[in-house]
Amino acid sequence: MEKLYPITVEVNGKQRAAQVPARLSLVDWLRDELRLTGTHVGCEHGICGACSIMLDGDPVRSCLMFAVQADGHRVTTVEGLLQADGKLSVLQDSFCEAHGLQCGYCTPGMLISSQALLDKTPNPSEEQIRDAIGGNLCRCTGYKQIVDAVKLAAQRLAAKK
Amino acid sequence: MKSAAFEYARASSIAEVCDWLRKGGDETKLIAGGQSLVPMMAMRLTRPARLVDINEIAALKFVALEKDYARIGACTRQCVVAADNALAKQVPLIRQALSWVGHSQTRNRGTVGGSLVHADPAAELPLAAQVLDAQLLLRSHAGSRIVGAAEFFEGPLATVTRADECLEEIRWPVWTEKRSGSAFTEVSRRHGDFALVAAAAQIALDADGRCTRAAFGLAGGGSIPMAFPALAAQLVGSTLDDDAINSVTHDAATALDPGGDLHASPGYRKQLAAVLAARMLRAARDEALKQ
Ligand code: FES
Ligand code: FES
Repeated sequence: MEKLYPITVEVNGKQRAAQVPARLSLVDWLRDELRLTGTHVGCEHGICGACSIMLDGDPVRSCLMFAVQADGHRVTTVEGLLQADGKLSVLQDSFCEAHGLQCGYCTPGMLISSQALLDKTPNPSEEQIRDAIGGNLCRCTGYKQIVDAVKLAAQRLAAKK
Repeated sequence: MKSAAFEYARASSIAEVCDWLRKGGDETKLIAGGQSLVPMMAMRLTRPARLVDINEIAALKFVALEKDYARIGACTRQCVVAADNALAKQVPLIRQALSWVGHSQTRNRGTVGGSLVHADPAAELPLAAQVLDAQLLLRSHAGSRIVGAAEFFEGPLATVTRADECLEEIRWPVWTEKRSGSAFTEVSRRHGDFALVAAAAQIALDADGRCTRAAFGLAGGGSIPMAFPALAAQLVGSTLDDDAINSVTHDAATALDPGGDLHASPGYRKQLAAVLAARMLRAARDEALKQ
């Protein structure tokens, strides 16, 4: 039997405790154990960005971390972006509105990267948006509509204030 | 694409890291940001028996500006270093290099020290370290030693770090001349990829615009990033006109021994090296002229 390590991670606002083998990646723990399958896994070696999550508020690739390393930290997955009443967030809704997704494979990673951007930079330039999603591959949209969606979300969030 | 099994230990101090390395240096691997190590483990290119996690050691995370050196703790995240305005003023080449490193998600996790000890021949930070001859502080249970970048890199993914040693901090020399400038560029298939060829330069000028100090280097042209101190010294005293620059960058490119692959032939890489190095020397000169 592989040795198990106790961890406690705050996932989308809830403390989750588990026993994990050291080699279990963070994305596999989130998807397979916690059944948070919103986070996608594409390449499993840090190229595609589909597995992006926020670690203590900053976007990172969850295939490049072991679950045991997240012990004591705060994780936000795409499920955690929903509003409290379960409705889509402004950013998520803007992706629908601006056709920021087709097959949806890249979408959770795109949402995490752009939400992290908007959290710190409420009024981003096109260059800042492209830089923020530069590590997320999309095979469908050509990126244009994704950039539009983030711009739309920024406008809507500003109007709400 | 799953790692082989390993044991895990989270270290809380540098002394604890040295202890682990003394006990089992050969089977023990340190993990910092993991942005290169974890893919290698996933592809089973490496299968360490034990990972010692240094991410929670506060003493390895700092940027400290001193008169002659900017000191950076080995486990300082690339994003933190890139955002440091005071550091960018003292050693601008670091931020310039980092703007080509990976993506926001990898820079949020990746560390400066991790990139140096990983020693990818086409990586940006090792090139910056070579050009400035950064000094690396290595620590083991037996003590510490300082190694200059010129001796640090041995080959692709190989450095002089012994199995019982860890990188503790990097000291980046500060150029105190009034008029100095630096520049970094690369050509890669996509922004954020490893470079086919990367070039960096730093220049200091006197009041008349004559070069008083010069450094430049190239990555992607061989098994380690290379600096060319002897060639750079030939520029001192010149006004850095095209002839002076082109002659040293031609010689530098000739000294390279790049490999070829489906992305670029050796000839193309050499050509790129000469062009990019000359371009960066001119850019660094122009930056210095503005001051
Ligand atoms: S699955 Fe993590 S980057 Fe592709
Ligand atoms: S929508 Fe299909 S990969 Fe982006």
